[in-house]
Amino acid sequence: MKQLLEKYKTANKNTKRDMLNYLLVLLVFGVVQLAMGGGLLTNSMKGQLVPICAYVVMAISLTLTVGILGELSLGHGAFMSVGAFTGVLFTMMNQESIASEPVRLLLAFVVGTIAAGVMGLLIGIPVLRLNGDYLAIVTLAFGEIVKNVLNVLYVGVDGTGLHIALGDESRLNLQENGQVLLGGAMGITGGKKIATFGIGVVLILVALFVAQNLVRSRTGRAIMAIRDNRIAAQAMGINVTKYKLIAFSISAALAGAAGVLYGHNYSAFQAGKFDYTMSIQVLLFVVLGGMSSFRGAMIAATVLTVLPELLRGMEDYRMLIYAIVLIVVMIFNQSPKAQEWRQTIVEKMPAIPFIQKIKTPKEGK
Amino acid sequence: MALLEVMNLGIAFGGLQAVSQLDMKIEKGHLYGLIGPNGAGKTTVFNMLTGVYKPTEGDIILDGTNITGKNSEKICRAGIARTFQNIRLFDQLTVLENVKVGLHNQIEYGVLTGIFRLPSYFSKEKEMNRRGMELLKIFGLEKEAQLPANSLPYGKQRKLEMARALATNPKLLLLDEPAAGMNPQETAELMETIRFVKEHFKIAILLIEHDMNFVMGICEHITVLDYGRVIASGTGDQVRNNPKVIAAYLGGD
Repeated sequence: MKQLLEKYKTANKNTKRDMLNYLLVLLVFGVVQLAMGGGLLTNSMKGQLVPICAYVVMAISLTLTVGILGELSLGHGAFMSVGAFTGVLFTMMNQESIASEPVRLLLAFVVGTIAAGVMGLLIGIPVLRLNGDYLAIVTLAFGEIVKNVLNVLYVGVDGTGLHIALGDESRLNLQENGQVLLGGAMGITGGKKIATFGIGVVLILVALFVAQNLVRSRTGRAIMAIRDNRIAAQAMGINVTKYKLIAFSISAALAGAAGVLYGHNYSAFQAGKFDYTMSIQVLLFVVLGGMSSFRGAMIAATVLTVLPELLRGMEDYRMLIYAIVLIVVMIFNQSPKAQEWRQTIVEKMPAIPFIQKIKTPKEGK
Repeated sequence: MALLEVMNLGIAFGGLQAVSQLDMKIEKGHLYGLIGPNGAGKTTVFNMLTGVYKPTEGDIILDGTNITGKNSEKICRAGIARTFQNIRLFDQLTVLENVKVGLHNQIEYGVLTGIFRLPSYFSKEKEMNRRGMELLKIFGLEKEAQLPANSLPYGKQRKLEMARALATNPKLLLLDEPAAGMNPQETAELMETIRFVKEHFKIAILLIEHDMNFVMGICEHITVLDYGRVIASGTGDQVRNNPKVIAAYLGGD
């Protein structure tokens, strides 16, 4: 422990910041576990734990695209749905062939993540030629396409193997003992709820590990260089298309992993769950979290999912308060006057070293 | 053989012939100047040499290979690096990170090595930091290494652009108005630095500059452009006394 503390002290600023994020996640996990043990969580709150983890991973994933790559994606829910459907279909199909449940789930994560990553790559090749608003519109359309395709997709299994059809269940031509796994707009039914809060937290840590280490590496620097100045990045010998694709695919893969987690938390779900309102919701987490901050996005995802739950008692006013909180946080974060006010508050604080440190970065401006 | 040979280079934007019939030869280890009145096409020449624009005619031969019409990325790998007239730093990255982006193709490791922090990640990052700091020291920026690039004052931003360009290990360095916005003392220091860079890295440098004392004081060979054509070339004294050059700058017939 002492050695670890020593290492922490000598590490540079970025490493400290990254470490703090892992600690924060573990801390919240511990607190929630204690609260659960003490019976402090309502049932509806307990039901939200796994979705919150999935949203947090989505927030990390989209921060990579929006904050680090600097491109707006409005179709991130689609990658989540690709992960959810492939992952859950995988576990349903291998109910017998893979006996151990944890192994099955682990493999489902691998399959779902890779499927979404490949999807990201395929979509990215034509789409990443566009910038800004145009890219946003195209990703929005792509999200709708994925949703609509999943709405007419039928998957069944029988003695002869896997059947896939579009449009109609009868086209599956299943034998009598066959079983429909995915029933078009009905979505997936008869799945098993095997995702737990613990698994969700592990997934958050893995996603954070991938995203943070990527940002601090040669690849991450190349991606951020493209964000800051594309022409200069190219003049430094960086292959712009390649690095945009890498960032977008990793982001899509993480969204897929979030989808696998999400899908395994329900016995039934439909493609409609992952439409553009979900994509916008995740974008909201990222913007509210400060655009390029993993920690900010994680906190925003948690608070904005818990808040409606906490306000359940207020019924009619719940969405009103939600909206007001959004506006207040935005103003507090972004308006120059509010920033000035925060600065004066910090300066009036007693000379606690930790708080003094917050002051310093502003002085550069 | 010359390091860079430019033959009959020209570019037209629609009906506007911005540069035409440009010939230039650059030898290893020498300093060249490209001057001319505003709008003469100097930066356009730089943009063609570095692949930002595709020339509509002519050839660019670097060290025996034809690089005409290749994109910026490939030209950088081939060995031409540049700075920009309107500074283009990676604003949100730190000063050191800017130089490390320049080292992108010099010290390489893969995506997975970076994510999983395999042993070579640490050794290569260490090497990048070492070489980055070395370059920053040349330009007196080592104290600012951890600051965001956009917090630097203007003159230092120009120096950082040079350090970053040098990190790509070029054979030829193109500097677009390196002394712009500097006071006389800073300009004098910059001349020393540029001479040192040329000797230390054994590279050729081609620079655009409006400060005549600077150009005459440092460049061994000067090319003068006007309306996209070469109107004179030679040593400082030859160019200075050329009537065409005087007419281009001061007006005349």
